[in-house]
This record gives sequence, C-alpha cells and structure tokens, in this order.
Amino acid sequence: MTKNIMIVGVGGQGSLLASKLLGHLLLTEGYDVKVSEVHGMSQRGGSVVTYVRFGEKVYSPVIDKGEADFIVSFEKLEAARYVEYLKKDGWIVTNTQEIDPMPVITGAAKYPENLVEKMGEAGVQVDAMDCLSLAEEAGSAKAVNIVLMGRLSKYFDTIPAEKWRQAIRECVPEKYVELNLKAFALGRGE
Amino acid sequence: MKQLMLGNKALARGLYEAGCCVVSSYPGTPSTEVTEEAAKYDEIYCEWAPNEKVAMEVAFGASLAGKRSFCGMKHVGLNVAADPLFTCSYTGVNAGFVICVADDAGMHSSQNEQDSRHHAVAAKVPMLEPSDSAEAYQFAKLAFEISEQFDTPVIIKMCTRVAHSQSVVETGERVEQKTVPYQKNIAKYVMMPGNAIRRHPVVEERMRKLTEYAETNAVNRVEMGDTALGVITSSTSYQYTKEVFGERASILKLGMVNPLPRKLILDFAAKVEKLVIVEELDPIIENHCRQLGLTVTGKDVLPIEGEFSQNLIAEKLGLAVPESKKLDEAVPGRPPVMCAGCPHRGLFYTLAKNKCTVLGDIGCYTLGAVAPLSAMEMTLCMGASISATHGFNKALGKEGEGKTVAVIGDSTFMHSGMTGLANIAYNQSNSTVVILDNSITGMTGHQQNPTTGYNIKGDPAGKIDLEALCRAMGFSRVVVVDPYDLAECDRVIKEELAAGEASVIISRRPCALLKYVKHNPPLKVEEDKCVGCKSCMRLGCPAISVRGGKAVIDTTLCVGCGVCQQMCKFDALKA
Repeated sequence: MTKNIMIVGVGGQGSLLASKLLGHLLLTEGYDVKVSEVHGMSQRGGSVVTYVRFGEKVYSPVIDKGEADFIVSFEKLEAARYVEYLKKDGWIVTNTQEIDPMPVITGAAKYPENLVEKMGEAGVQVDAMDCLSLAEEAGSAKAVNIVLMGRLSKYFDTIPAEKWRQAIRECVPEKYVELNLKAFALGRGE
Repeated sequence: MKQLMLGNKALARGLYEAGCCVVSSYPGTPSTEVTEEAAKYDEIYCEWAPNEKVAMEVAFGASLAGKRSFCGMKHVGLNVAADPLFTCSYTGVNAGFVICVADDAGMHSSQNEQDSRHHAVAAKVPMLEPSDSAEAYQFAKLAFEISEQFDTPVIIKMCTRVAHSQSVVETGERVEQKTVPYQKNIAKYVMMPGNAIRRHPVVEERMRKLTEYAETNAVNRVEMGDTALGVITSSTSYQYTKEVFGERASILKLGMVNPLPRKLILDFAAKVEKLVIVEELDPIIENHCRQLGLTVTGKDVLPIEGEFSQNLIAEKLGLAVPESKKLDEAVPGRPPVMCAGCPHRGLFYTLAKNKCTVLGDIGCYTLGAVAPLSAMEMTLCMGASISATHGFNKALGKEGEGKTVAVIGDSTFMHSGMTGLANIAYNQSNSTVVILDNSITGMTGHQQNPTTGYNIKGDPAGKIDLEALCRAMGFSRVVVVDPYDLAECDRVIKEELAAGEASVIISRRPCALLKYVKHNPPLKVEEDKCVGCKSCMRLGCPAISVRGGKAVIDTTLCVGCGVCQQMCKFDALKA
C-alpha cells in the first residue's frame, strides 16, 4: 500500500531538505519512492507543496485530495490550505508559526484566527507545535524542517529513530549535523 | 547504483553516459536542471547561450563537427528555436543531436501551456516522451541512437511532473563516442531552394521509416490487463492511469509520441472493448486514432487545460475518488511575491507613483504586476516589452511617449531585447526602456548570462557592457540608477520621460538572494514613532506587516535594504 506525505509551506522555508531526507531514508528502507517538487515562480514566497510517496511500487508522483497520510506543514495557514488532501484518518503535523501572505499584508484579507482549533472541529487530527522556538533552541531558525521531521518520525513505528538520525548525517553538510540532530531530538520531544 | 534522481538530473546522466560532448541551452522552468546537472560532468562542454535559437544552432554546429550534442529549453523556448529546428530536420545530423523541451501543463511557472508535440509533428522530427526519471535516463541514450540511425534531430519532451519529480534510477558508465569525421556536403547542409527541394522527400521517407520503428520498438509497449478497457497514454498520464487502474485495464504506453504507430494501435484497439486516450493538453494521439477510424473516448471527458492527476482521471472515467475533509474557513491565497530586498521593488514603486504605462517582460519582475504595486500592464514573451513599447508609441505618438515605459531584465534583454532596441534606434520612437540589471537570471534560480561576467561553471567569462552596447546602437541618453534610491529613481524616470529622444535607464543592483550580496541588519520599528499610516506597506514587501495598528518587521526576512525607510515620514524605521 502506498503511503503519502505532503510537505507544505512558504517558498524559501526549506522544504527541499525535508523531502531530500525523507526520500533518502525511505529508499534506504527498501521502498520504491517518488518525490515531486515545484520549482520556479512559486518559490518566490508563494505557497509550495512537495509530495513524497512510498510503497512497494509507486506510480503517480503527486498526491491527490483525500490521499495524504500526513501533511507536514511549515506554517499554520498552509496546513489549513491543504486540509482537503488529507486522508480520512490522516494527521497534520504543523508548525504554529504564522507568516502573513500578501493579501493579508495589503489588507485585502485577514489571517484566520484559531486555525488549529477549527481544524480540530472539522474532525482533522492536528499535531501542532512551535517548531521555530525549538529550531532556535537547537541553534538556528532554519532548522524548523528537521524539528518537523523529528515530530513526524514519532508516527513511524517501523523505522527506528537511529535510521532517521543516520539519514540526517548523510543528507546534511557535516558542519550542520550536530545542530540538526539536536533539532531532530527536540522535535521528538527528547 | 540505485538512487533517487530528479527527472532532469536523470536526463543529464543519460546524456553523459551516451558520450554527449557539447551542451548549449537557455534556462527555463521546468527544463533548467538538465543543463545545470550536465555542467557538473567535466567531459561535457556546457554553456548558457543568450537564447534558445542560439543554443540550438550551437548544438547543431557541434553535431555537424561530429560530436554528440544537446540543447535544452522550456516549451516557449522551442518557439524561439523553431527556425533552426524546422530546417535541421531537413539537413539531418552528423553525430547525434538531441533537443529537450519541457512543457508546463498547469502553468506552474509559464505564460502559456502550449503542447510541444505540435512542434515535433510540424517539423517532422521524432519525439520521445519519458514517464519518470528512469525513462528520462534511458531515453536520453536512445535518442542519440535514433538520431544517428535515422539522420535526424530527436526531441525529448519532458513535463513538470517528470522533470521535477524524483524517482529511482540505476545508472551506468559513460561510453565515449568516436568523433564522426565532418565531410563537406553542400547538397545536405546548404539549405537553399535547389538543395532543400531534394531534402524534403528524404524527410518524408525518414518519417515512414520512423513509423515502422515505432510499430515494433520496445519504446512503445503494451501492458495487457483486463480487456474491458484499453488506455493509450504516455508521459506522466501513464503513471496516473496505472495508479487508477493497475491491472484493471490494458495499456498501450507510448514512449515515442512522434511519429505515432498505426498497426500497433489498431492491434491494441482490436483486443479491448472500450478505448480511452489519456493525454495532457491537446488531443494529438486521440486525433491520430480517429484518423485510423477508431472510436475513442478522450477530450470529450478529459480536459484540454491543466495537469491531470489520479483523481481527475478516476472521476472523469466514472470511478470513485477518496472522500476528503473540508474546512469551513476562507483561507487567503499566498501568491508569489518579490522577495524582501528585491532591487526591482523600488523601481516599480517609482513607475507606479508616476502613473507610467508599463509594458513588461518575462522574469521575477513580472511580479511587478501583483498588488499592491500593480505596476505592470503587459507581459507577452521574452523581449516583447521593448518592441511593444515602440509599437505603442508609434500608435499614440506624444500621448504615449511621455508615460510609457518598457521594463526588461538583464538576461531577457540579452535573450531578445536587443533586437527590439535596435528597432527603436532604427525606426526612431521616443521610447523609454528600463533594463532591470540584477546581475543574474533570477526566476529560474540564478543562472549566469552574457552580462554577468561568469560562465555556467562560475568561472570568469566575457562580460557585455550594457551602457556601451546601448550607446553603440545610437542611444545618447543612457542612465544608470540604484533602485534602492527612491528619490534618484523618481528624478531619472521623470527626466527621461520628458526628454525629446529615446533613452535607456539601467536600474542596477544585484539580486538580494545572490550569495555574494552582503545584507544589512534587519530594520526595527520604533513603536512610539510609528503612527500606523501604512505608507511602508505600499511597497508590498513581505517582511513588513501591520499588527495592532503598528508596522512590524519580520527580522528573518528583512535584509535592511532601507527602501521602506524612505517611505516613512515619521522616521519610525531604524537600522
């Protein structure tokens, strides 16, 4: 059975490292893997989506509505934007950080309040945490991606944490390994 | 070794292993990484050409000289290169010559979603269409073989979901190719009427042979499953079809989409009860099947516009799609924006302030059209800003000349803005042209170009002096401004629009995302001074928002460019 992980956020937040890490880890675990990204214009501060799919044999590179086992979100509004993509019993793992989109900056729209609660009321399973603070605690605001990966790893009983840590060592430049391992541990609540 | 590879990277690996020696391309999403990845191999000479036409001619020249060559571009780039394409179909090749074109159904980063298969049909050249990274890798090698076997350029057609998806590839080793000795052959390579007339029948005969090849070669394959439904498909549509139907349908998967086989399709059709054609964009396979007399379902249920997905195919073919949850909340959109510190912002603010009619071009600065700046009124294709401004001014005379401005980036200017500027110099309109020189090709992810002084590998290269170039064309009014200096921008725009002759304004400052650009510390808002007038918000900088009636600076985004400081009458923004 193919499993689906969507990584969503704001262009420039570092979702490419998260998908690189997942792809590397899942391939090492012996799965067929597909990762689909969008480059170009949307990377300029727009809403960005990466699809990670794995299983015995994966065909489509994209995840469709109602299919995502997990939506990993770097930003709260982006989590809400993609709720429709979540599987019935899927989980949203989200950073609680708020980044105003241009329509909010210009006053054309309001940033919705209490989004986590509203998603809960809609029957969505949400795991929300302040990943930015944890990333800063680990040593860099840029480590939000690995904090989220730490949190996500808690949902994978079959892949031991050490395998995730090994994937971090293999995907991150050496001088940032320590920082990212710390971010990973903080994401796991360790 | 088994590895996860981007489709574009896998294609580059295929080029490398096939012994490709020369690559010349122009960047364009979603094609750019093919050439960036090829440039990492020392055995391949790689370059960014000023445009796709030049790139294709360079690659053709290398093929003529006897080395396997390649050029890559996005779909609209193939329009630019259509001229050499149509005629090198007639000349054929010496060593293998492969062209990659990457389509962008869904327009993730493009101005239209044209279907490049039309070019292959019209130019009468074979086109291969991979459906994942492994095929991109294999087809790159196969394309060179076909090119040499049939004496033809070969196009590999990618799409966003193949180019920018990673899937598993098993790579091999590079096989060096012997140089095919160049031999003078005027009848084959000089396409003047007397020779071209003799080459056209050769092209037609080649297409007949390629059709035979398409009938039997494994590049097209049948996967028999349930015979109640038969699907003919290619590219990423094949993956969606497999995802939806698995073994519950029989599939004819086409790896070569031009020319299309006849017998293979008729035989397949005879084995299934119902035939569906699943192809993104235009009904090319579908029309071919209809010409063969087959009854098919295609664009009567599936859309011509946009990308496909598994749910779309399931739904349109009457199958159930998964249930999904809905949030009862309006989620504001998040369109792309100019980055914090983008040098284009100050210039666009000035143009908007002066109520200029701005005819724009293709690049990051197309975002100048987005609110709150809304300072661009036309974007068509590479280079059109300058030529259209000339036409606009010729049509309106003084009424247009005093307020119309063409805006074009440095790379786009080198691509096809120069010829438009030559037209202004020659046919004399009093037009004002702004070259936004951010010293890089920005939108596609920082590629060097003829004005930057560096080549694709980052090594020093020739550097075209924009001021000298414009002066040489006959422009005496060539002014350079710093777009971070709003007062100076305003003065220059006013002065050049009022001038009685054409002028070029070069708005020069490197892209804020370039690694060598040093950023200032983020600005701070002095809360007691900020009156919440929102003047700073008129710039549309993503680092500034208003909370509780006061401006707030996002210190993770702000690069301290200081443009917003110049907007504040209350001196509330501090370094």
